This record gives sequence, C-alpha cells and structure tokens, in this order.
Amino acid sequence: MALITYRQALKDAFSEEIERDENVFIMGEEVAQYNGAYKVTEGLWDKYGDKRLVDAPISEAGFIGLGIGAAMMGLRPVIEMMFFSFVYVAWDQAVNNASSLRYMSGGLMNVPLVIRGPANGGTNVGATHSHTPENLVANFPGLKCVVPATAADAKGLMKSSIRDNDPVFFMESTLLYGEESEVPEDPDFLIPLGKADVKREGTDLSIIAHGRSVLMALAAAKELKKKHNIDAEVVDLRSIRPLDEETIIKSVKKTNRALLVEENKPYCGIGSQVSHLIQRRAFDYLDAPVHRLSAVDAPAIYSPPLEKVQLPEAKVIVREALDMFNIKA
Amino acid sequence: MSTKTAKKKTAAKSAAKKSSGSAKKSAPAKKAAAKKADAPDLRRYADAPVNKAMSKSDKIRAFVDMVRIRKFEQAALQSYQKGKMGGFLHLYIGQEATAVGTCALLGDHDHIITAYRDHGHALAVGMTMNECMAELYGKYTGCSKGKGGSMHFFAPEKRYWGGHGIVGGQTPLGLGIAYALKYKGLKGSCLCFLGDGAVNQGPFHESLNLAGLWDLPIIYVIENNRYSMGTSQDRSSVYPEGGLAQRAEAYRIDWTTAHGENLYDVRAKTSEAIERAHEKSRPTVLEIATYRYYGHSIADANHQKYRTKEEILEYQRNRDPIMVWQRILEEEGVLTADEAKEIENKARDEAKDSIRFADESPFPPESEILTDVYHSVDNPGSHTNQGKIFFNDRLPWE
Ligand SMILES: Cc1ncc(C[n+]2csc(CCOP(=O)(O)OP(=O)(O)O)c2C)c(N)n1
Repeated sequence: MALITYRQALKDAFSEEIERDENVFIMGEEVAQYNGAYKVTEGLWDKYGDKRLVDAPISEAGFIGLGIGAAMMGLRPVIEMMFFSFVYVAWDQAVNNASSLRYMSGGLMNVPLVIRGPANGGTNVGATHSHTPENLVANFPGLKCVVPATAADAKGLMKSSIRDNDPVFFMESTLLYGEESEVPEDPDFLIPLGKADVKREGTDLSIIAHGRSVLMALAAAKELKKKHNIDAEVVDLRSIRPLDEETIIKSVKKTNRALLVEENKPYCGIGSQVSHLIQRRAFDYLDAPVHRLSAVDAPAIYSPPLEKVQLPEAKVIVREALDMFNIKA
Repeated sequence: MSTKTAKKKTAAKSAAKKSSGSAKKSAPAKKAAAKKADAPDLRRYADAPVNKAMSKSDKIRAFVDMVRIRKFEQAALQSYQKGKMGGFLHLYIGQEATAVGTCALLGDHDHIITAYRDHGHALAVGMTMNECMAELYGKYTGCSKGKGGSMHFFAPEKRYWGGHGIVGGQTPLGLGIAYALKYKGLKGSCLCFLGDGAVNQGPFHESLNLAGLWDLPIIYVIENNRYSMGTSQDRSSVYPEGGLAQRAEAYRIDWTTAHGENLYDVRAKTSEAIERAHEKSRPTVLEIATYRYYGHSIADANHQKYRTKEEILEYQRNRDPIMVWQRILEEEGVLTADEAKEIENKARDEAKDSIRFADESPFPPESEILTDVYHSVDNPGSHTNQGKIFFNDRLPWE
C-alpha cells in the first residue's frame, strides 16, 4: 500500500498497462508533450515516447472515431477528453458508433476503448465546461460507465477498463485529482466493473452516491453520527453501468432508509434509476420514502460561492438525512 | 507515430506539389472530367500496369462481380416492393464499377469501410448473396444476424468493416483502421468510401487533417453520384475547379479523379493510391464520377423531380459501367455476347436463390435482442465484470 493521489493512481495505472500491453496507447489534446492539461499523464511521454502518448489536434470527433476504428482492429486506445464536456462535439462517434458497432455486426467485432477525463462541476468554469454525462452515457446499451471517487478505485477501475473488451467511459473529477488514499501496489490490482463499495458501514440509513458525492456523504455521515447519533452507511456505486444492484439492495434492507446523492442533474439522473430499483426490490423494507439530492436543476452557474451551493454539500446531505427521521435541523 | 513536425512539413509540401502534377491534367480539363465525365476513349487506361497485369479470367471475374451486384439489387428491389423488408433500401445500381474496381485490388492488409449504400462493396469483397439478402429480410442467417439491416453489413474477416448509416460517420473509423495498420507496422491501407454529400461533414475534415498530419495510409474514395438525396452537388458544395477531391489540397493530401463507368480507370487510380499508402504511408482522396439509377432509397419516389429522365437515360445508354466493360471485353475478344448473357442468367439465378434462402430462413429468436450488446456478456469468464448490465424489470417474452 502507498498513500498516493488520485492523479498519481491514474498515472500508475497507465504506466502499468502501457508496459503490460503493447496495444495500449493514450491519445488526446496536450496529453504528451504538455504533460496533460491536468497533469494526469505527466512524465509518460518522456518515458514511453510518441507511439504510446499521442498529442492530437482539437478534433474530438476525429480522434475518438479514430480510436474506435483502431479498437476494432485490436488496439486499446485510451482517449483523453480534456474536459468530458467536450465529448458532445463527438457525440456521434463516442456514443452512436461506439455503442452500436458490435450489435449491428451481430457480434463480429468489439470496441475495447476507454474515453476518460474530468466530468465535474464546481470549478467555476461555467455551464459549458461542467457537465456530468454519466446518466446520458449509461442510457446507451453497449457502453459502460464508471465514476471512481478515490485513488484506489481510480487505479483499480482504470486498469480493468483498459483491459475490458467493451467501450468504457471513465469519468474523473478535477476536484479529486489531489485527493490521497491508500492504493495497493500489485500490478494486477483490478477492481471489477459493476462492483459497488461500502465506504462506511452503518445501520440507520443508506447514503448511496458516486464520484465526489461519496466524499460529501462520508463527511455527512461523520456529522450525523457525532451530532445526532445516526449511523449512516455510505455505498459508493463506483460503476454506473454495470450497476451493483445487490449491494444497494442489501444495504437498504439493512438500514430501511435510502438517500441518493449525486452531482448530476436530477431529471433522469442516476438517482432516478436507483430509486426505481429500491422501490421495486425493497419496497416492504422502507421506513421512509427514498430521498434524492443532486445538483440544483439549472446549468452550472459560474459565480464561485453560488456554484458551491448548487452542488450537494455535506451540510445539505445532513439536512436531508435528518428530514428522513423527522428531525428538524 | 511520428510527431516530428519539422521534417514532415517539407515532405507534405512536396507531396502536395506532386499531387497536382500527378493528376496530369490542367484544371479546366479536370473540371470537365469531374462534372461532365465526357465519355472518354474506353481503352485509355487499359495500359496502366495494374490493368495490363489482368488475366482474361480477372477481366471476366470483374464482369461477373458487377453483374452479380446488379442482379442482387434488382432482386432486393422486387422483394422490397413485396413488403419483405423494412426500413430503407439504397441501391447501388449504376455504381458497380467502383466497388468492383477498387475491391479487387485489396491485399491481405488492405481494408474497406463504407456508408449505407453498402451492398455492392459487400458482394465485391466476397460476401455471399445469401447472407446479404437474409440480412435485408431481418433473418437470423443474415451477415449481422438480422441486427444491422441494409445499411449495416459487416464482414471483418474479409476486412470489410461496414456498412455505416450516419453520413460521414465512417470517415474517422476508417482513419482508425489505417492508424492501427501503421501502429502495428503493417504495409496496408484502408479504403474508406463516402458520398458526395458526406464531404461536407465535419468529422471528414477532421479526418483529412489527421490523415495528412500523421501520414496515415487511408484512401478516401468519394463516390460522386451527383446527388445527396434530392440535392445536387452544385446545391450542396462549393468546390475547386478540379472537383470535390481537390479540397484535399488544403490538407496537403494527394488527390485524383476517375471515371466511374470505366473499370480500367477506377483500377488505375485506385492502384496508385494503394501504392502510395503502402510505400509512403500517405493518404489519397480519390473522387469517382458515377451515377445512381434509382432514387436515393426506394422510399424516394421523387427522384425524377430533382433530375430529368433524359439525364438518367443518357447515363444508362452511354456510360453504364457494366455495358462499358462488356464493350471493352468484347473488343478485346475476352468475352462474347453469348457468354455475357450466360453470366447474367447465372447471376439472376443466384439472386433468386438468395431470395428463397432469405424467405426460408428463420427470424432471430427474441432472446437475440440481448446478445452482441457487450463482449463481456457474450463471453462470460473473460471479464471480471459484475453487477447488472441490462435494466428491464421483465422481458416481454418472459
Ligand atoms: C448525419 C446524417 N444526416 C443525414 C442523414 C440522412 N441521409 C442519409 S443519406 C443522405 C444523403 C447522402 O448523400 P451522399 O453522401 O451523396 O451519398 P449517396 O446517397 O449519394 O450514396 C442523407 C441526407 C444521415 N443518414 N446522417
């Protein structure tokens, strides 16, 4: 185990997979000579050179499509989006082509591709740069989507995603790149896609979250315990599609209350899917209606203090949890 | 991949210079070729090395392949009109020399990818009429098990990567195929076909820039049949005197044009492009002047509104690719009219058989809706994936 940042964990995952498989290469804007816009690939070009770290011009549709074509041929491209928000200019390639090709060919091909990059708000860059498209991507059968919250998860999930034979959308967060956690050093440390992680055990309430909301949920759980003696369990989904329904259901059956938290927008967000699941499979176990928290339902606002408020912070999670116990905050 | 820009710039510059030179035609002459395609001397390209190397049986094979495509399409049209298939049906009739002339030149590391008007290319690379017709019928025996339909034929083992329904959407994919060849150090190429309407899509321009920048062995073949649906080339594109292909100059990519009714010409120009890809790992844009006889798709009942009957007749009478090739082969003493007739009859029978095959084949079982979505689901054990990946609470057939 080593205490490293989320950014370093990703970089280690890339190094290990580049060394392990000659078909792995990283392509994107500023990933090589510039060391990555968020320094996630820093030093890798020096180490692995032009073939494995490829600076692409600003042509997302062109190089994502190129990545898909190369993946059809057996390469394993890892395509960086400087911001995940930029994937929209390549939506036809990233989503329409990547999700459909295997199907339309009756299984004659597959697309072992990773599209990755930061997909988060909260950095005061305005609405165009602050999208969280995990719900959009997860709506496409054929695609997989993971959203790691910690350094260890980032590493284990990135390595699994690169080795996966289907297209994986890997959504990171610029707000998490500097966060540290203990990460195993085993070069075969893999976290399966579709496996949630109980980040904190509890008995009174299940807070189910993904991405940065997991950290907020953990902070809220601490506060709930300290101030109100409410013991919250925090379930980190980690993977959106596939989804670990069993861990969700097990937790809700234990605690009888579910609060769903995400930085995505509410309408057709991940929470709506999870909420449906809970009412469908744990209806009789519920002592309260399922509650949801998400970003306030508007484009991401620029104004720094307001953007903080727009995303579900720990204190709002605490308030919502108390509401589920009919406790006035 | 090379990113040593300084060296490359000069290389690209001289390539571009050669491009206009290699076309060996003054700009106005080229314009005539691209826009009017005046019926040229039929044997003008017969002496190109790739054509001189053709054996008698190669020549007959090309004739057979073109006739097979036409008969297949005619049979498909009849079935479509009988209500045997759904969706769209984009016929290739009139354009046969393009698919046959190009695909015959593909070696072990040469790949192709095209748009939705894809039946001709499929047959030209050796897919069977049966699997193609069954796919049109949505049958389990179709090349994509009935999951792709007319616009989405695939045969990766024949290096045929589809069959793509989004206009221009295949152009970056073709680039990726070429990228993979170069990455793996293979001497190959990718022929990526597109229509004259697709040239205005952004991803195509992004692809051209990347192809030129990274020296990728891709050949973009613009099948210029003069119309994108009901919009003529002149109403959809601005283009230089040399035609749509000349836009490649902006990306320092070699370009040329061919008469799509003349198989010799198609082969001659394609072979130069393949050689450029193999020997120099450089891209080419090749524009082939051609024509479609039917509407954009069979749902296009208006095709005589945006063009005249005379225009269609003129092409059919004077520049039909099969007729032109037959004339050439008869002049060369390679084929007689009787033999040609026999080839036609055989192809018609083969197409008829494929209709019977498609008719008698089963539809895929309902459970097939959920296969071929994910490799990990179809190959349990090969992945560490867990959890739920399909989200229906209950399936209609359960
Ligand atoms: C992105 C996109 N826009 C529009 C369409 C609808 N559409 C299908 S084919 C077509 C015309 C394309 O013409 P062209 O590229 O010249 O090819 P051709 O049909 O002549 O072979 C159009 C507009 C589509 N399939 N995809």
